[in-house]
Amino acid sequence: MSAKWVTVDGNEAAASVAHRCSDVIAIYPITPSSSMGELCDEWSAKGKKNIWDTVPSVMEMQSEAGAIGTVHGALQAGALATTFTSSQGLLLMIPDMYKIAGELTCFTMHVAARTIAAHALSIFGDHSDVMACRQTGFAMLCSASVQEAHDFALISTVASLNSRLPFLHFFDGFRTSHEVARLLPLSDDDLRSLLPHEAIAAHKARGLTPDHPAVRGTAQNTDTFFQAREACNPFYAACPARVQDAMDRFAERTGRQYRLFEYHGAPDADRVIVVMGSGAETAIETASWLNARGQKVGVVHVRLYRPFDAAAMLATLPKTVRTLCVLDRTKEPGAMGEPLYQDVVTALAEAELQNPPRVVGGRFGLAGKEFTPGMVVGIYAHLEAARPRNHFTVGIVDDVSGTSIPYDDTIDIEPRDVQRAVFFGLGSDGTVGANKNSIKIIGEDAGSYAQGYFVYDSKKSGAITISHLRYGPRPIRAPYLVQNADFVACHQFGFLDRYDVVGYAREGATLLLNSAHDKDRVWDHLPLEVQEGVIRKRLRMFVINAYAVAREAGMGNRINTIMQTCWFSVSGVLPHDEAIAQIKQAIDKTYARRGPDVLAQNHRAVDAALAGLHEVSLPSAVTTTRRQPPAVSVLAPDFVQRVTGMMLANRGDLLPVSAFPVDGTWPTGTAQWEKRNLAREIPIWDPAICIQCNKCSMVCPHAAIRIKAYPPAALEGAPDAFRSMNYKGKDLEGQLYTVQVAPEDCTGCGVCVAVCPAKDKSNPRHKSIDMLPIEAHVEVEKLNWDAFLGLPEVDATTLKVDLKTAQLLQPLFEFSGACSGCGETPYIKLLTQLVGDHLLIANATGCSSIYGGNLPTTPYTTNRDGRGPAWANSLFEDNAEFGLGFRLAVDQHAEVATGLVKRLAPKLGDVLVEGLLGAEMRDAAGIAQQRTRVLALRQVLGGIRGAEATLLGQLADYLVRKSVWLVGGDGWAYDIGYGGLDHVLATGRDINVLVLDTEVYSNTGGQASKATPRGASAKFAVAGKTTAKKDLGLMAMAYGHIYVARVAFGAKDAQTVKALQEAEAYPGPSLVIAYSHCIAHGYDLVHGLDQQKAAVDSGYWPLFRFDPRTEPRLHLDAGEPKGDVARFMRAETRFRATEAQDPVRFAETIKQVQADIADRWALYAALAQPRST
Amino acid sequence: MDLSTTYLGLKLPHPLISGASPLTDDLDMVRRLEAAGAAAIVMNSLFEEQITLEDNAAQAQRDENQDSFAEAQSFFPQSTDFAYGPRAWLDQVARIKATVKVPVIASLNGTTATGWVRYARQIEEVGADALELNIYLLATRSQVDGRQIEDRVVEVAEAVRDSVHLPLAVKLSPFYSSLPNLVRRLDAVGVTAVVLFNRFLQPDIDIERLEVAPKLVLSTPSELLLRLRWLAILHGRTNMELSASGGAHTAEDVIKALMAGANTVQVVSALLKHGPEHIGVLRAGLEKWMVEHEYDSVRQMRGSMSLQRCPDPEAFERGNYAKVLKTWRPS
Repeated sequence: MSAKWVTVDGNEAAASVAHRCSDVIAIYPITPSSSMGELCDEWSAKGKKNIWDTVPSVMEMQSEAGAIGTVHGALQAGALATTFTSSQGLLLMIPDMYKIAGELTCFTMHVAARTIAAHALSIFGDHSDVMACRQTGFAMLCSASVQEAHDFALISTVASLNSRLPFLHFFDGFRTSHEVARLLPLSDDDLRSLLPHEAIAAHKARGLTPDHPAVRGTAQNTDTFFQAREACNPFYAACPARVQDAMDRFAERTGRQYRLFEYHGAPDADRVIVVMGSGAETAIETASWLNARGQKVGVVHVRLYRPFDAAAMLATLPKTVRTLCVLDRTKEPGAMGEPLYQDVVTALAEAELQNPPRVVGGRFGLAGKEFTPGMVVGIYAHLEAARPRNHFTVGIVDDVSGTSIPYDDTIDIEPRDVQRAVFFGLGSDGTVGANKNSIKIIGEDAGSYAQGYFVYDSKKSGAITISHLRYGPRPIRAPYLVQNADFVACHQFGFLDRYDVVGYAREGATLLLNSAHDKDRVWDHLPLEVQEGVIRKRLRMFVINAYAVAREAGMGNRINTIMQTCWFSVSGVLPHDEAIAQIKQAIDKTYARRGPDVLAQNHRAVDAALAGLHEVSLPSAVTTTRRQPPAVSVLAPDFVQRVTGMMLANRGDLLPVSAFPVDGTWPTGTAQWEKRNLAREIPIWDPAICIQCNKCSMVCPHAAIRIKAYPPAALEGAPDAFRSMNYKGKDLEGQLYTVQVAPEDCTGCGVCVAVCPAKDKSNPRHKSIDMLPIEAHVEVEKLNWDAFLGLPEVDATTLKVDLKTAQLLQPLFEFSGACSGCGETPYIKLLTQLVGDHLLIANATGCSSIYGGNLPTTPYTTNRDGRGPAWANSLFEDNAEFGLGFRLAVDQHAEVATGLVKRLAPKLGDVLVEGLLGAEMRDAAGIAQQRTRVLALRQVLGGIRGAEATLLGQLADYLVRKSVWLVGGDGWAYDIGYGGLDHVLATGRDINVLVLDTEVYSNTGGQASKATPRGASAKFAVAGKTTAKKDLGLMAMAYGHIYVARVAFGAKDAQTVKALQEAEAYPGPSLVIAYSHCIAHGYDLVHGLDQQKAAVDSGYWPLFRFDPRTEPRLHLDAGEPKGDVARFMRAETRFRATEAQDPVRFAETIKQVQADIADRWALYAALAQPRST
Repeated sequence: MDLSTTYLGLKLPHPLISGASPLTDDLDMVRRLEAAGAAAIVMNSLFEEQITLEDNAAQAQRDENQDSFAEAQSFFPQSTDFAYGPRAWLDQVARIKATVKVPVIASLNGTTATGWVRYARQIEEVGADALELNIYLLATRSQVDGRQIEDRVVEVAEAVRDSVHLPLAVKLSPFYSSLPNLVRRLDAVGVTAVVLFNRFLQPDIDIERLEVAPKLVLSTPSELLLRLRWLAILHGRTNMELSASGGAHTAEDVIKALMAGANTVQVVSALLKHGPEHIGVLRAGLEKWMVEHEYDSVRQMRGSMSLQRCPDPEAFERGNYAKVLKTWRPS
């Protein structure tokens, strides 16, 4: 056994064993299990071997269904195989899991358990996914900590080989999969010693081979299936003993003893909780704390859930138990109780005990909801009631069904020698990375136990991170967030106005602030709530201007090392000098490859941090009256104030059940109420040199720079500083024109300025829009923005919509949580400008569903008539089918309405009927006219009695055209959803598909898809993808009846507008594939448009429109490839990473890419010729 | 016929070498250069500034999005978290050394004191035969005087000289008040050769877009004249070897450079224009001319037209300008 501690997260802990015990690994990314597959892929790419001295073969598939199918095949052919997944991914594996179990196959999969999407998606952990597999015949073993995720990965593998049952080894998503903790690793020798070599040989011998042929997967009939199905029973009966045997042999070697069911607590306990997963740790620690205070309580920690060994479970129970409480981290609506509860009830019933304990079921921790000692205390207290409520919930306030039980969330059971720290950081400031590094220092070098858990924002730009760290002399069993911290750091001063930072601190704790205000002035800049908290809790307070120190040290905005140094310095984590030496050593490790100058720069920053750190002498009373501003404007609608506002203030946990929609239906247009104030610089418009090209508005990813044309009279009452100029152009002659920034919604990406072509002739550094410091402009621009919103919208019905005028139309997608500089959102925004008031969007899961639909606030909004996009996300894989369903329903409604109009024609009048049925609705004017007719229809219907008139009244709006767009990324369209997309396109129905092609799985962190180009390095293609990008457009063109376009707004915006308009107008299926630059490409996205242009010019990204109605059908919208594709490629990290690994091979790759381009151009040019008749 | 010459401690069969150019990025081109008979190959410069910028940009990009979102702790494989240089460039030197027998002269353009020395050592480690220091210091601040610039050139050369054993050449720009003095100082710190001159890419102006536009312009034979003058001035006044770089397109150009005093003539633009094989054409042209004019060796013609030996030395000095003016008539 190796004695060296390592600090890893739960995913790495499990993957490290899985990789070493496998021949074949088939994977597909899904949160929160992605990193298990990524690590295995990287290890194999680096040639890391399994314990049989071969490199495991790692294969990324098109979906989890594909991954499990591949695994199934590999197992059948005698390999040891594994896979990793979560949530919906696990559901996709279920059909194969039945087969694998039915065939008694030795196999272990590792699952970071996660919520299944129901009324909403959630990426966080609970057991609803694994519980959906309990009927497949898989054995299920649950680990509760990072160490256990490591140990059980091996124990489940051994047990599977010995029992012949496949194992689903699972642990709590995020809480365990992402917790960083120190553990004792299993060496290769441990693995070799514990794996049953005969059983492995037997597994391999069962592999299908033509040398000893056999047949599996037969079809059986009524005469035999039943009996044959029962033949597996002895294996299930024997399995628990095999697992315990594996645990015992594991204990002999490692000293860590586990049991199928473990009892912890008073031997004469009267109340016992039965629970599995990380919650068990909390329950056990709390029970111990209560017992030390005279109570008699206990916990049964469930490890082997399937096969459920009732006898083993009952054997652990003290005879004294009066009430048993079974906690499930899942919900099964409509059931008699949740699964574990039902199993325990059945076990007790079947045991026919003389005096069976009362059994109470409870639900906790859905979607990663906190499960704290206070809740456990609350449960035990509840169990003392004469008739405790069954099927209760804990951790929420259920004021609808009254299921929730009370608890005291101030209870703190943690020993005083465990130090706790909380850090508020910004995603981009490196706080989390530095904290992970600190845990390594504390856990590996300083010899303490350490734990880190990180809470992230749901936004992709300007995201807040909260790091929760513990360290101390004893093992840390606290899988819940830190409260009563000894140390709280706020790395962003602005957070003090938005979050209850001081609320995390215990009395007498230390508060560290990063502030531009020095030690003498910082106090006065704190809001009242913070001043009060600091005084009440008698905190010590330190301050440093970390940004200034970072700038002076030449480190830009990276303040992480500086703040880490300050923490180590004031908290006494380590003796001062040792702490500084350790930080510098860590710097040397991290930056060794970057040369002595960078090392010296970082060392200087450490020294400067110490010099710049000052304690603040605190007054004894508050000195301000300034309160934290409200989370949302007082002008916001009631629901936004009551519900959204709480979520924005990080207090969503306090909202009761009654606050929520019952079915997951939420109001749109809420992003406008979340003023995120992310930008340090915002674009300021100078009308004097503006040429009114409207490109700034076109390219803005967040709809934060807008344009209006309006009559001069509308300006009345506008602030003096409001800027306008005469509209240039005949279409709106006499109107005024304004470009306006939404200063609190802009993320400061600078793309608008990059695209602005209007330069001052004497000083070309000055453009018509310049990025200027927000402090100097925000107040003025806030007023201007309010005035701008008050201006009338342009009359779309009289407008000829083109590239320029499209930007005068109101975007109905605004202020999303997408990354700063996002290359996807401008397409969606444009779509809502063109057709937003009659648009239904089916959105595949991915980036666009997260920035499109992740609470607290969502970006789709409405126009002044209350119309706007109706948006829904079903799944990742089914989006095309989901959207087709919209179309079928809408068409059906329209058909019924049309039929009713015809039937009621005599009562409606010929003019109205002809108008309604013959309406042309290909533009805004046509749609507006039809809406007027529908209004007239409703008036007429008011005077007509009968069921038909009533029904027509309900459906009349469907007489107005509805656009159905299917939106998603390349992971959906090229991979997991391709089968459905292909089918939906083939139906010929009038749907439109917008593929936001980032050429990689962006949302889950940059895994290769079939859209990934040759030569790009991505996760699962570390050395660079060796095959060319799939030509989805060409495949769709082959049908002949599909409108297909490939666009890149940064290269040719007019073509993008035209393609979306044509796709919309085309009466059949349309497919628009949109080049979307992405942070996963690896460059500053302010250059996104230049890169798009380079992509198009070089032929890397051809622009075309294929319109089945025209001859020739294919129109090439960019000239023959020219320029150097290598130049385009070398500007992006994804390609340069490949080159850096093997420049010679990359040089070959460039030649291949060049050849791909030439071949494709030749093919497209031929297709662009008129067909001979 | 003896075309041989010496340069940077290397005995070369003839004076024609391939100057620093993108040709060395491609092993096929390098093979073709060898096949065409290049006497030595100068590597495309290793630019410290570029490496640092790229590395910083890549790092910043990576840092910016690391550990920011719950669903993605990173956006690139961890194992691609490498420094962007100079590994790839150094590997290319090693590959070229393994591929061809012709001597390889590395070229280095540093920015920091530590960078010059660090990279020079790494270049030595990968087996380059000699090192050309491509020193280009542009004074844009009025506080910096000419002497400070020259001091910096000498300091860099000296620091590298003290750190590696490779023979050293310094490639200079023509913009020094007293080139002979600077060359003497370089000689004093142990530099073996000077290369006259580097012709850095000069930025152009895009008058439509009001942008500064970097532009690659190949040299023309007219640029040779500046080299000829300074070769002629320096030859005989210094013991250092001289290499002509810039403007040699024809055999006649090569002959002129040799006559002015060059030990070697570096060719780039002509090779980019006509292909690596052109170096063989130049060599043949040189030999043919020497046969026709009954020269026995390159040594015989080297420096024959230098300031010290040419029949009318004042023509290389001020008089040259006057003579051109007198003979020029508006058409």
